Amino acid sequence: MNLDATMPDTGVIFGLAGILVFGIGLFGALSLRDSLRRVLALKLCGVGASFILIVAAWRGPGLAADPVPHALVITGIVVMVSATAVALALIRRIHSLENGRDD
Amino acid sequence: MTEIVSLDWLALTVFVPLLGAVLSFLVPRIAPQIGLMTLALAGLCVTMLALQVIPGGPVIVALGGWGAPLGLDLRADGLAIIMLGMNVLVGGFVSLGALDTFSARHAGEESARMRRYFWPLWLLLLCGLNGAYLSTDIFNLYVMIEVIALAAIGLTVLTGRLDAMRAGLEYMFASMLGALLFLMAVGLAYLQAGRLDFAGLAVHAGEPAMMLAFALMLVGLALKTALFPLHFWLPNAHASASAPASALLSGLVLKASLYILLRFWVEIFGPGERIGMLVGAMGTGAIIWGSVQALRTQRLKLLVAWSTVAQIGLICVAFALAGTIGAQTAWQGAVLLMVAHAVAKAAMFLAAGRIAQETGHDRIADLDRSHLRPTLAQFAFALAAISLIGLPPSAGFAGKWLLMEGAMRAGAWIWVVVAMAGTLFSVAYLSRPLIGFLRFDRAPDPVGEHHGWAIADAPPLMLAVIAVISGLVAVQIIGVISIGAPFGAVP
Repeated sequence: MNLDATMPDTGVIFGLAGILVFGIGLFGALSLRDSLRRVLALKLCGVGASFILIVAAWRGPGLAADPVPHALVITGIVVMVSATAVALALIRRIHSLENGRDD
Repeated sequence: MTEIVSLDWLALTVFVPLLGAVLSFLVPRIAPQIGLMTLALAGLCVTMLALQVIPGGPVIVALGGWGAPLGLDLRADGLAIIMLGMNVLVGGFVSLGALDTFSARHAGEESARMRRYFWPLWLLLLCGLNGAYLSTDIFNLYVMIEVIALAAIGLTVLTGRLDAMRAGLEYMFASMLGALLFLMAVGLAYLQAGRLDFAGLAVHAGEPAMMLAFALMLVGLALKTALFPLHFWLPNAHASASAPASALLSGLVLKASLYILLRFWVEIFGPGERIGMLVGAMGTGAIIWGSVQALRTQRLKLLVAWSTVAQIGLICVAFALAGTIGAQTAWQGAVLLMVAHAVAKAAMFLAAGRIAQETGHDRIADLDRSHLRPTLAQFAFALAAISLIGLPPSAGFAGKWLLMEGAMRAGAWIWVVVAMAGTLFSVAYLSRPLIGFLRFDRAPDPVGEHHGWAIADAPPLMLAVIAVISGLVAVQIIGVISIGAPFGAVP
Protein backbone atom coordinates (compact mmCIF):
# COMPACT_ATOMS: atom_id res chain seq x y z
CA MET A 1 0.00 0.00 0.00
CA ASN A 2 1.47 3.31 -0.97
CA LEU A 3 0.60 6.63 0.62
CA ASP A 4 0.04 8.76 -2.46
CA ALA A 5 -0.91 6.30 -5.23
CA THR A 6 -3.72 4.10 -3.92
CA MET A 7 -5.11 6.16 -1.06
CA PRO A 8 -8.45 7.74 -2.01
CA ASP A 9 -8.84 11.51 -1.84
CA THR A 10 -10.76 11.52 1.43
CA GLY A 11 -7.93 9.64 3.04
CA VAL A 12 -5.34 12.11 1.81
CA ILE A 13 -7.37 15.06 3.07
CA PHE A 14 -7.84 13.46 6.46
CA GLY A 15 -4.20 12.44 6.64
CA LEU A 16 -2.92 15.91 5.78
CA ALA A 17 -5.38 17.45 8.21
CA GLY A 18 -4.12 15.10 10.91
CA ILE A 19 -0.52 16.05 10.24
CA LEU A 20 -1.45 19.74 10.19
CA VAL A 21 -3.34 19.52 13.49
CA PHE A 22 -0.46 17.57 15.01
CA GLY A 23 1.95 20.22 13.77
CA ILE A 24 -0.10 23.07 15.25
CA GLY A 25 -0.22 21.22 18.56
CA LEU A 26 3.51 20.55 18.44
CA PHE A 27 4.26 24.20 17.72
CA GLY A 28 2.04 25.22 20.62
CA ALA A 29 3.57 22.72 23.03
CA LEU A 30 7.05 23.99 22.23
CA SER A 31 6.35 27.72 22.08
CA LEU A 32 3.72 28.40 24.73
CA ARG A 33 4.70 29.18 28.31
CA ASP A 34 1.38 28.96 30.12
CA SER A 35 0.92 25.45 31.53
CA LEU A 36 -2.77 25.18 30.72
CA ARG A 37 -2.24 26.23 27.12
CA ARG A 38 0.55 23.69 26.78
CA VAL A 39 -1.79 20.95 27.96
CA LEU A 40 -4.33 22.05 25.36
CA ALA A 41 -1.63 22.09 22.68
CA LEU A 42 -0.66 18.55 23.60
CA LYS A 43 -4.31 17.54 23.39
CA LEU A 44 -4.27 18.89 19.82
CA CYS A 45 -1.29 16.67 19.07
CA GLY A 46 -3.31 13.76 20.36
CA VAL A 47 -6.20 14.64 18.06
CA GLY A 48 -3.83 14.84 15.10
CA ALA A 49 -2.39 11.42 15.86
CA SER A 50 -5.91 9.99 16.20
CA PHE A 51 -6.73 11.41 12.76
CA ILE A 52 -3.87 9.43 11.25
CA LEU A 53 -5.10 6.26 12.92
CA ILE A 54 -8.61 6.86 11.63
CA VAL A 55 -7.24 7.33 8.13
CA ALA A 56 -5.46 4.02 8.52
CA ALA A 57 -8.87 2.40 9.12
CA TRP A 58 -10.34 3.78 5.87
CA ARG A 59 -10.50 1.15 3.14
CA GLY A 60 -12.49 3.02 0.53
CA PRO A 61 -16.09 4.05 -0.12
CA GLY A 62 -18.70 1.41 0.69
CA LEU A 63 -16.25 -0.85 2.46
CA ALA A 64 -16.27 -1.64 6.18
CA ALA A 65 -13.53 0.14 8.11
CA ASP A 66 -10.62 -1.74 9.60
CA PRO A 67 -11.54 -2.11 13.28
CA VAL A 68 -7.98 -2.34 14.61
CA PRO A 69 -7.08 1.38 14.30
CA HIS A 70 -10.46 2.25 15.84
CA ALA A 71 -9.56 0.15 18.86
CA LEU A 72 -6.23 1.95 18.97
CA VAL A 73 -7.89 5.37 18.87
CA ILE A 74 -10.17 4.42 21.76
CA THR A 75 -7.17 3.24 23.78
CA GLY A 76 -5.35 6.43 22.87
CA ILE A 77 -8.29 8.52 24.05
CA VAL A 78 -8.35 6.69 27.40
CA VAL A 79 -4.62 7.23 27.83
CA MET A 80 -4.91 10.93 26.92
CA VAL A 81 -7.78 11.44 29.36
CA SER A 82 -5.75 10.01 32.22
CA ALA A 83 -2.64 11.93 31.24
CA THR A 84 -4.61 15.18 30.95
CA ALA A 85 -6.19 14.57 34.35
CA VAL A 86 -2.78 14.10 35.94
CA ALA A 87 -1.42 17.22 34.22
CA LEU A 88 -4.40 19.34 35.32
CA ALA A 89 -4.16 18.05 38.89
CA LEU A 90 -0.47 18.96 38.94
CA ILE A 91 -1.12 22.43 37.55
CA ARG A 92 -3.83 23.06 40.11
CA ARG A 93 -1.65 21.87 42.97
CA ILE A 94 1.25 24.08 41.82
CA HIS A 95 -1.13 27.02 41.55
CA SER A 96 -2.39 26.56 45.10
CA LEU A 97 1.12 26.04 46.48
CA GLU A 98 2.33 29.20 44.76
CA ASN A 99 -0.55 31.24 46.16
CA GLY A 100 -0.13 29.80 49.62
CA ARG A 101 -3.55 28.33 50.05
CA ASP A 102 -4.80 24.81 50.05
CA ASP A 103 -7.73 24.29 47.72
CA MET B 1 12.92 -23.68 19.80
CA THR B 2 9.77 -21.68 20.32
CA GLU B 3 6.95 -23.01 22.41
CA ILE B 4 3.50 -21.52 22.74
CA VAL B 5 1.80 -21.77 26.11
CA SER B 6 -1.47 -20.22 27.17
CA LEU B 7 -0.70 -18.58 30.51
CA ASP B 8 2.36 -18.98 32.63
CA TRP B 9 5.23 -17.20 34.31
CA LEU B 10 5.58 -14.80 31.41
CA ALA B 11 2.10 -13.32 31.75
CA LEU B 12 2.36 -13.44 35.54
CA THR B 13 5.51 -11.30 35.37
CA VAL B 14 3.32 -8.46 34.09
CA PHE B 15 0.10 -9.14 35.99
CA VAL B 16 1.47 -9.84 39.47
CA PRO B 17 2.76 -6.24 39.87
CA LEU B 18 -0.54 -4.91 38.51
CA LEU B 19 -2.48 -6.92 41.07
CA GLY B 20 -0.08 -5.78 43.78
CA ALA B 21 -0.60 -2.14 42.75
CA VAL B 22 -4.38 -2.45 43.02
CA LEU B 23 -4.23 -4.28 46.35
CA SER B 24 -1.75 -1.87 47.92
CA PHE B 25 -3.96 1.02 46.85
CA LEU B 26 -7.09 -0.60 48.32
CA VAL B 27 -5.45 -1.65 51.60
CA PRO B 28 -2.94 1.11 52.37
CA ARG B 29 -2.44 -0.15 55.94
CA ILE B 30 -0.44 -3.15 54.77
CA ALA B 31 0.86 -1.61 51.52
CA PRO B 32 4.56 -2.17 52.39
CA GLN B 33 3.92 -5.86 53.08
CA ILE B 34 1.99 -6.18 49.82
CA GLY B 35 4.80 -4.37 48.02
CA LEU B 36 7.53 -6.66 49.30
CA MET B 37 5.41 -9.73 48.68
CA THR B 38 4.76 -8.56 45.10
CA LEU B 39 8.45 -7.99 44.51
CA ALA B 40 9.21 -11.46 45.85
CA LEU B 41 6.57 -13.01 43.61
CA ALA B 42 7.76 -11.01 40.59
CA GLY B 43 11.27 -12.22 41.36
CA LEU B 44 9.97 -15.78 41.41
CA CYS B 45 8.20 -15.28 38.06
CA VAL B 46 11.32 -13.88 36.44
CA THR B 47 13.44 -16.70 37.86
CA MET B 48 11.05 -19.36 36.59
CA LEU B 49 10.89 -17.61 33.22
CA ALA B 50 14.68 -17.51 33.08
CA LEU B 51 14.79 -21.23 33.86
CA GLN B 52 12.51 -21.77 30.85
CA VAL B 53 14.35 -19.45 28.49
CA ILE B 54 17.98 -20.22 29.31
CA PRO B 55 17.86 -23.90 28.35
CA GLY B 56 14.95 -23.79 25.90
CA GLY B 57 15.22 -20.55 23.94
CA PRO B 58 12.70 -17.69 23.63
CA VAL B 59 9.19 -18.13 25.04
CA ILE B 60 6.17 -16.61 23.33
CA VAL B 61 2.73 -16.22 24.88
CA ALA B 62 -0.29 -15.20 22.82
CA LEU B 63 -2.54 -13.44 25.31
CA GLY B 64 -6.05 -14.88 25.30
CA GLY B 65 -5.05 -17.27 22.54
CA TRP B 66 -5.00 -14.47 19.95
CA GLY B 67 -1.68 -14.39 18.17
CA ALA B 68 -0.17 -11.68 15.97
CA PRO B 69 -1.18 -9.84 13.83
CA LEU B 70 -4.56 -9.30 15.53
CA GLY B 71 -3.74 -10.29 19.11
CA LEU B 72 -0.89 -9.42 21.40
CA ASP B 73 2.17 -11.60 21.70
CA LEU B 74 4.41 -11.38 24.72
CA ARG B 75 7.89 -12.66 24.07
CA ALA B 76 10.80 -13.33 26.40
CA ASP B 77 14.27 -13.82 24.99
CA GLY B 78 17.62 -13.57 26.73
CA LEU B 79 17.77 -9.78 26.49
CA ALA B 80 14.30 -9.42 28.01
CA ILE B 81 15.27 -11.81 30.82
CA ILE B 82 18.29 -9.67 31.70
CA MET B 83 16.17 -6.49 31.76
CA LEU B 84 13.47 -8.18 33.87
CA GLY B 85 16.13 -9.46 36.24
CA MET B 86 17.46 -5.90 36.53
CA ASN B 87 13.95 -4.68 37.37
CA VAL B 88 13.36 -7.10 40.21
CA LEU B 89 16.90 -6.92 41.57
CA VAL B 90 17.15 -3.14 41.68
CA GLY B 91 13.45 -2.80 42.51
CA GLY B 92 13.73 -5.26 45.37
CA PHE B 93 16.58 -3.41 47.06
CA VAL B 94 15.01 -0.01 46.46
CA SER B 95 11.81 -1.36 48.05
CA LEU B 96 13.80 -2.34 51.14
CA GLY B 97 15.25 1.16 51.22
CA ALA B 98 11.77 2.63 50.83
CA LEU B 99 10.62 0.69 53.89
CA ASP B 100 12.80 2.98 55.99
CA THR B 101 12.29 6.20 54.01
CA PHE B 102 8.51 5.89 54.19
CA SER B 103 8.32 4.12 57.55
CA ALA B 104 5.63 4.98 60.07
CA ARG B 105 8.11 6.55 62.52
CA HIS B 106 8.21 9.70 60.40
CA ALA B 107 5.22 11.59 61.69
CA GLY B 108 3.22 14.17 59.76
CA GLU B 109 0.65 14.42 57.03
CA GLU B 110 3.19 14.52 54.19
CA SER B 111 4.90 11.39 55.37
CA ALA B 112 1.58 9.59 55.67
CA ARG B 113 0.67 10.54 52.09
CA MET B 114 4.02 9.41 50.77
CA ARG B 115 3.69 6.15 52.67
CA ARG B 116 0.28 5.61 51.20
CA TYR B 117 0.97 6.36 47.56
CA PHE B 118 4.54 5.15 47.07
CA TRP B 119 3.68 1.46 46.85
CA PRO B 120 0.77 1.59 44.36
CA LEU B 121 2.77 3.91 42.08
CA TRP B 122 5.92 1.84 42.25
CA LEU B 123 4.12 -1.45 41.62
CA LEU B 124 2.26 0.09 38.69
CA LEU B 125 5.61 1.28 37.38
CA LEU B 126 6.97 -2.26 37.69
CA CYS B 127 3.98 -3.58 35.76
CA GLY B 128 4.67 -1.11 32.93
CA LEU B 129 8.41 -1.80 32.89
CA ASN B 130 7.98 -5.58 32.81
CA GLY B 131 5.32 -5.21 30.11
CA ALA B 132 7.59 -3.03 27.98
CA TYR B 133 10.40 -5.59 28.07
CA LEU B 134 8.06 -8.37 26.95
CA SER B 135 6.04 -6.55 24.26
CA THR B 136 6.40 -7.43 20.61
CA ASP B 137 4.11 -4.86 19.03
CA ILE B 138 4.37 -1.11 18.89
CA PHE B 139 0.93 -0.22 20.17
CA ASN B 140 1.34 -2.32 23.28
CA LEU B 141 4.61 -0.48 23.77
CA TYR B 142 2.82 2.85 23.46
CA VAL B 143 0.44 1.86 26.25
CA MET B 144 3.30 0.56 28.37
CA ILE B 145 5.37 3.74 28.05
CA GLU B 146 2.31 5.74 29.08
CA VAL B 147 1.79 3.50 32.13
CA ILE B 148 5.46 3.94 32.98
CA ALA B 149 5.28 7.69 32.46
CA LEU B 150 2.19 8.28 34.59
CA ALA B 151 3.55 6.15 37.44
CA ALA B 152 6.96 7.81 37.17
CA ILE B 153 5.45 11.28 37.30
CA GLY B 154 3.49 10.27 40.39
CA LEU B 155 6.73 9.15 42.02
CA THR B 156 8.46 12.39 41.02
CA VAL B 157 5.91 14.60 42.76
CA LEU B 158 5.42 12.28 45.74
CA THR B 159 7.08 14.66 48.20
CA GLY B 160 4.45 17.29 47.39
CA ARG B 161 7.01 20.12 47.54
CA LEU B 162 6.74 22.98 45.07
CA ASP B 163 10.09 22.33 43.37
CA ALA B 164 9.22 18.66 42.88
CA MET B 165 5.78 19.65 41.51
CA ARG B 166 7.30 22.05 38.99
CA ALA B 167 9.91 19.51 37.92
CA GLY B 168 7.19 16.89 37.70
CA LEU B 169 5.08 19.10 35.43
CA GLU B 170 8.05 19.70 33.16
CA TYR B 171 8.63 15.94 33.08
CA MET B 172 4.94 15.45 32.34
CA PHE B 173 5.06 17.75 29.29
CA ALA B 174 8.22 16.11 27.95
CA SER B 175 6.78 12.68 28.55
CA MET B 176 3.38 13.42 26.98
CA LEU B 177 5.02 14.96 23.93
CA GLY B 178 7.31 11.95 23.59
CA ALA B 179 4.37 9.57 23.83
CA LEU B 180 2.35 11.54 21.28
CA LEU B 181 5.21 11.53 18.80
CA PHE B 182 5.31 7.80 19.37
CA LEU B 183 1.55 7.50 18.79
CA MET B 184 1.83 9.50 15.57
CA ALA B 185 4.54 7.11 14.45
CA VAL B 186 2.32 4.14 15.30
CA GLY B 187 -0.36 5.62 13.05
CA LEU B 188 2.05 6.13 10.16
CA ALA B 189 3.51 2.66 10.56
CA TYR B 190 0.05 1.08 10.55
CA LEU B 191 -0.91 3.14 7.52
CA GLN B 192 2.09 1.79 5.67
CA ALA B 193 2.32 -1.79 6.89
CA GLY B 194 -1.16 -2.63 8.21
CA ARG B 195 0.58 -4.46 11.03
CA LEU B 196 1.80 -3.54 14.48
CA ASP B 197 4.03 -6.46 15.42
CA PHE B 198 7.80 -6.17 15.04
CA ALA B 199 8.09 -8.94 12.43
CA GLY B 200 5.29 -7.51 10.28
CA LEU B 201 6.80 -4.02 10.36
CA ALA B 202 10.33 -5.21 9.65
CA VAL B 203 9.21 -6.32 6.18
CA HIS B 204 8.47 -2.70 5.30
CA ALA B 205 11.66 -1.23 6.75
CA GLY B 206 13.29 1.35 4.54
CA GLU B 207 10.09 2.63 2.94
CA PRO B 208 9.74 6.42 3.22
CA ALA B 209 6.66 6.40 5.48
CA MET B 210 8.39 3.92 7.78
CA MET B 211 11.49 6.11 7.94
CA LEU B 212 9.30 9.05 8.91
CA ALA B 213 7.67 6.89 11.58
CA PHE B 214 11.08 5.89 12.84
CA ALA B 215 12.22 9.52 12.98
CA LEU B 216 9.19 10.40 15.10
CA MET B 217 9.80 7.43 17.38
CA LEU B 218 13.46 8.31 17.68
CA VAL B 219 12.65 11.84 18.84
CA GLY B 220 9.88 10.64 21.16
CA LEU B 221 12.04 7.99 22.78
CA ALA B 222 15.05 10.30 23.01
CA LEU B 223 12.79 12.72 24.87
CA LYS B 224 11.77 9.99 27.29
CA THR B 225 15.31 8.68 27.71
CA ALA B 226 16.58 12.23 28.25
CA LEU B 227 19.16 11.98 25.48
CA PHE B 228 20.95 15.29 24.97
CA PRO B 229 19.67 17.84 23.89
CA LEU B 230 16.26 16.54 25.04
CA HIS B 231 17.42 15.96 28.60
CA PHE B 232 16.23 19.33 29.97
CA TRP B 233 13.54 17.83 32.21
CA LEU B 234 15.69 15.20 33.87
CA PRO B 235 18.03 16.86 36.39
CA ASN B 236 15.35 18.72 38.34
CA ALA B 237 12.86 15.85 38.23
CA HIS B 238 15.36 13.27 39.45
CA ALA B 239 17.00 15.53 42.00
CA SER B 240 13.81 16.80 43.65
CA ALA B 241 12.14 13.41 44.12
CA SER B 242 12.55 11.38 47.29
CA ALA B 243 15.57 9.06 47.35
CA PRO B 244 13.85 5.74 46.52
CA ALA B 245 11.82 7.44 43.79
CA SER B 246 14.98 8.96 42.27
CA ALA B 247 16.65 5.57 42.37
CA LEU B 248 13.75 4.02 40.45
CA LEU B 249 13.45 6.92 37.98
CA SER B 250 17.14 7.06 37.17
CA GLY B 251 17.90 3.37 37.46
CA LEU B 252 14.93 1.72 35.81
CA VAL B 253 12.56 4.13 34.04
CA LEU B 254 15.06 5.55 31.54
CA LYS B 255 16.20 2.07 30.57
CA ALA B 256 12.75 1.13 29.26
CA SER B 257 12.70 3.76 26.51
CA LEU B 258 16.35 3.08 25.71
CA TYR B 259 15.54 -0.63 25.41
CA ILE B 260 12.59 0.08 23.10
CA LEU B 261 14.79 2.24 20.90
CA LEU B 262 17.38 -0.53 20.79
CA ARG B 263 14.79 -3.16 19.86
CA PHE B 264 13.35 -0.97 17.10
CA TRP B 265 16.80 -0.25 15.79
CA VAL B 266 17.82 -3.90 15.62
CA GLU B 267 14.56 -5.70 14.93
CA ILE B 268 12.52 -3.35 12.75
CA PHE B 269 14.05 -0.33 11.17
CA GLY B 270 17.78 -0.85 10.85
CA PRO B 271 18.30 2.81 9.92
CA GLY B 272 21.49 3.63 8.13
CA GLU B 273 24.85 4.58 9.50
CA ARG B 274 24.10 8.28 9.23
CA ILE B 275 21.32 8.18 11.80
CA GLY B 276 23.54 6.03 13.99
CA MET B 277 26.20 8.72 13.77
CA LEU B 278 23.61 11.33 14.72
CA VAL B 279 22.59 9.40 17.85
CA GLY B 280 26.26 8.83 18.66
CA ALA B 281 26.86 12.56 18.32
CA MET B 282 23.92 13.28 20.62
CA GLY B 283 25.44 10.80 23.08
CA THR B 284 28.75 12.63 22.86
CA GLY B 285 26.97 15.90 23.53
CA ALA B 286 25.28 14.28 26.52
CA ILE B 287 28.62 13.10 27.92
CA ILE B 288 30.18 16.54 27.60
CA TRP B 289 27.22 18.63 28.74
CA GLY B 290 26.13 16.26 31.51
CA SER B 291 29.67 16.07 32.85
CA VAL B 292 30.23 19.82 32.73
CA GLN B 293 26.98 20.41 34.61
CA ALA B 294 27.88 17.67 37.12
CA LEU B 295 31.19 19.46 37.69
CA ARG B 296 29.45 22.79 38.26
CA THR B 297 26.47 21.87 40.40
CA GLN B 298 26.38 22.60 44.11
CA ARG B 299 24.05 19.81 45.20
CA LEU B 300 24.89 16.16 45.59
CA LYS B 301 21.60 14.87 44.17
CA LEU B 302 21.86 17.17 41.16
CA LEU B 303 25.37 15.87 40.55
CA VAL B 304 24.06 12.31 40.55
CA ALA B 305 21.22 13.32 38.22
CA TRP B 306 23.56 15.07 35.74
CA SER B 307 25.76 12.03 35.82
CA THR B 308 22.75 10.07 34.58
CA VAL B 309 22.56 12.38 31.54
CA ALA B 310 26.23 11.70 30.79
CA GLN B 311 25.94 7.94 31.31
CA ILE B 312 22.90 7.66 29.04
CA GLY B 313 24.99 9.46 26.42
CA LEU B 314 27.74 6.87 26.80
CA ILE B 315 25.29 4.00 26.27
CA CYS B 316 23.96 5.70 23.13
CA VAL B 317 27.44 5.64 21.57
CA ALA B 318 26.62 2.00 20.75
CA PHE B 319 24.06 3.19 18.21
CA ALA B 320 26.83 4.82 16.21
CA LEU B 321 28.37 1.38 15.71
CA ALA B 322 25.17 -0.25 14.41
CA GLY B 323 25.68 -1.92 11.06
CA THR B 324 29.45 -2.16 11.45
CA ILE B 325 31.44 -5.30 12.10
CA GLY B 326 31.68 -4.39 15.77
CA ALA B 327 27.94 -3.87 16.18
CA GLN B 328 27.16 -7.04 18.09
CA THR B 329 29.91 -6.48 20.63
CA ALA B 330 28.86 -2.86 21.02
CA TRP B 331 25.19 -3.81 21.62
CA GLN B 332 26.24 -6.31 24.27
CA GLY B 333 28.35 -3.62 25.87
CA ALA B 334 25.41 -1.21 25.78
CA VAL B 335 23.10 -3.70 27.50
CA LEU B 336 25.72 -4.42 30.16
CA LEU B 337 26.15 -0.68 30.67
CA MET B 338 22.38 -0.26 31.04
CA VAL B 339 22.25 -2.92 33.75
CA ALA B 340 25.41 -1.64 35.44
CA HIS B 341 24.08 1.91 35.43
CA ALA B 342 20.73 0.79 36.86
CA VAL B 343 22.35 -0.99 39.79
CA ALA B 344 25.03 1.61 40.48
CA LYS B 345 22.78 4.64 40.04
CA ALA B 346 20.07 3.22 42.28
CA ALA B 347 22.74 2.60 44.92
CA MET B 348 24.07 6.11 44.47
CA PHE B 349 20.71 7.84 44.79
CA LEU B 350 19.82 5.80 47.86
CA ALA B 351 23.23 6.59 49.38
CA ALA B 352 22.87 10.29 48.53
CA GLY B 353 19.46 10.24 50.21
CA ARG B 354 20.96 8.67 53.33
CA ILE B 355 23.77 11.22 53.40
CA ALA B 356 21.30 14.10 53.10
CA GLN B 357 19.15 12.53 55.82
CA GLU B 358 22.06 12.14 58.26
CA THR B 359 23.93 15.39 57.65
CA GLY B 360 20.79 17.44 57.10
CA HIS B 361 21.91 18.93 53.75
CA ASP B 362 23.26 17.84 50.39
CA ARG B 363 25.60 20.75 49.57
CA ILE B 364 28.76 19.29 48.07
CA ALA B 365 30.91 22.14 49.35
CA ASP B 366 29.90 21.50 52.97
CA LEU B 367 30.39 17.74 52.97
CA ASP B 368 33.91 18.15 54.38
CA ARG B 369 32.77 20.63 57.01
CA SER B 370 30.36 18.21 58.59
CA HIS B 371 31.27 16.48 61.80
CA LEU B 372 28.70 13.83 60.97
CA ARG B 373 29.95 11.20 58.59
CA PRO B 374 27.36 8.60 57.52
CA THR B 375 30.17 6.18 56.80
CA LEU B 376 28.32 3.28 55.27
CA ALA B 377 26.31 5.49 52.94
CA GLN B 378 29.50 7.24 51.85
CA PHE B 379 31.17 3.88 51.30
CA ALA B 380 28.21 2.73 49.19
CA PHE B 381 28.43 5.97 47.19
CA ALA B 382 32.13 5.36 46.53
CA LEU B 383 31.55 1.76 45.44
CA ALA B 384 28.79 2.85 43.08
CA ALA B 385 31.16 5.49 41.71
CA ILE B 386 33.67 2.72 40.92
CA SER B 387 31.10 1.01 38.71
CA LEU B 388 29.98 4.24 37.05
CA ILE B 389 33.56 5.23 36.29
CA GLY B 390 34.17 1.73 34.95
CA LEU B 391 36.99 0.36 37.08
CA PRO B 392 37.49 -3.42 37.11
CA PRO B 393 35.89 -5.73 38.19
CA SER B 394 32.62 -3.78 38.00
CA ALA B 395 29.93 -4.42 35.40
CA GLY B 396 30.47 -0.85 34.24
CA PHE B 397 34.04 -1.82 33.34
CA ALA B 398 32.93 -4.90 31.39
CA GLY B 399 30.27 -2.91 29.50
CA LYS B 400 32.62 -0.09 28.60
CA TRP B 401 35.28 -2.59 27.56
CA LEU B 402 32.88 -4.31 25.16
CA LEU B 403 31.68 -0.99 23.79
CA MET B 404 35.24 0.09 23.08
CA GLU B 405 36.11 -3.31 21.65
CA GLY B 406 33.18 -2.97 19.26
CA ALA B 407 34.43 0.46 18.23
CA MET B 408 37.95 -0.85 17.73
CA ARG B 409 36.73 -3.76 15.60
CA ALA B 410 34.81 -1.33 13.45
CA GLY B 411 37.90 0.83 13.24
CA ALA B 412 35.88 3.76 14.57
CA TRP B 413 38.50 5.21 16.87
CA ILE B 414 36.56 8.38 17.48
CA TRP B 415 34.07 6.45 19.67
CA VAL B 416 36.91 4.93 21.68
CA VAL B 417 38.05 8.46 22.37
CA VAL B 418 34.51 9.49 23.34
CA ALA B 419 34.17 6.56 25.77
CA MET B 420 37.57 7.38 27.29
CA ALA B 421 36.63 11.03 27.63
CA GLY B 422 33.41 9.97 29.36
CA THR B 423 35.45 7.91 31.80
CA LEU B 424 37.79 10.79 32.60
CA PHE B 425 34.87 13.17 33.06
CA SER B 426 33.13 10.76 35.43
CA VAL B 427 36.30 10.44 37.50
CA ALA B 428 36.43 14.23 37.70
CA TYR B 429 32.86 14.89 38.81
CA LEU B 430 32.49 11.86 41.07
CA SER B 431 35.67 12.72 42.95
CA ARG B 432 34.07 15.99 44.08
CA PRO B 433 31.84 14.34 46.70
CA LEU B 434 34.45 11.67 47.42
CA ILE B 435 36.97 14.35 48.37
CA GLY B 436 34.32 15.85 50.64
CA PHE B 437 33.77 12.50 52.31
CA LEU B 438 37.47 11.95 52.96
CA ARG B 439 38.59 15.40 54.10
CA PHE B 440 38.47 15.84 57.83
CA ASP B 441 40.61 18.92 58.48
CA ARG B 442 37.85 21.44 57.78
CA ALA B 443 35.29 20.05 60.21
CA PRO B 444 34.73 22.57 63.02
CA ASP B 445 33.85 19.91 65.61
CA PRO B 446 35.75 16.72 66.14
CA VAL B 447 34.64 14.07 63.69
CA GLY B 448 33.64 10.75 65.09
CA GLU B 449 30.30 11.41 66.68
CA HIS B 450 28.56 8.46 65.20
CA HIS B 451 24.85 8.22 64.73
CA GLY B 452 24.93 4.49 64.30
CA TRP B 453 24.42 2.46 61.20
CA ALA B 454 20.83 2.20 60.23
CA ILE B 455 19.19 -0.70 58.45
CA ALA B 456 18.54 1.83 55.67
CA ASP B 457 22.26 1.71 54.84
CA ALA B 458 21.97 -1.92 53.80
CA PRO B 459 20.12 -1.53 50.44
CA PRO B 460 22.50 1.03 48.90
CA LEU B 461 25.49 -0.89 50.18
CA MET B 462 24.22 -4.19 48.82
CA LEU B 463 23.41 -2.63 45.44
CA ALA B 464 26.83 -0.98 45.29
CA VAL B 465 28.58 -4.25 46.14
CA ILE B 466 26.58 -6.01 43.43
CA ALA B 467 27.50 -3.24 40.98
CA VAL B 468 31.18 -3.78 41.70
CA ILE B 469 31.33 -7.57 41.68
CA SER B 470 28.80 -8.19 38.88
CA GLY B 471 31.54 -7.63 36.32
CA LEU B 472 32.79 -11.08 37.35
CA VAL B 473 29.69 -12.70 35.86
CA ALA B 474 29.69 -10.46 32.75
CA VAL B 475 30.45 -13.44 30.52
CA GLN B 476 27.42 -15.30 31.87
CA ILE B 477 25.21 -12.23 31.45
CA ILE B 478 26.33 -11.90 27.83
CA GLY B 479 25.62 -15.60 27.36
CA VAL B 480 22.04 -15.00 28.49
CA ILE B 481 21.67 -11.87 26.36
CA SER B 482 22.61 -13.87 23.27
CA ILE B 483 19.70 -16.34 23.72
CA GLY B 484 17.36 -15.84 20.79
CA ALA B 485 20.08 -13.80 19.04
CA PRO B 486 18.53 -10.35 19.56
CA PHE B 487 21.46 -8.73 17.77
CA GLY B 488 21.71 -11.22 14.95
CA ALA B 489 23.82 -14.36 14.67
CA VAL B 490 27.42 -14.45 15.81
CA PRO B 491 29.62 -13.40 12.88
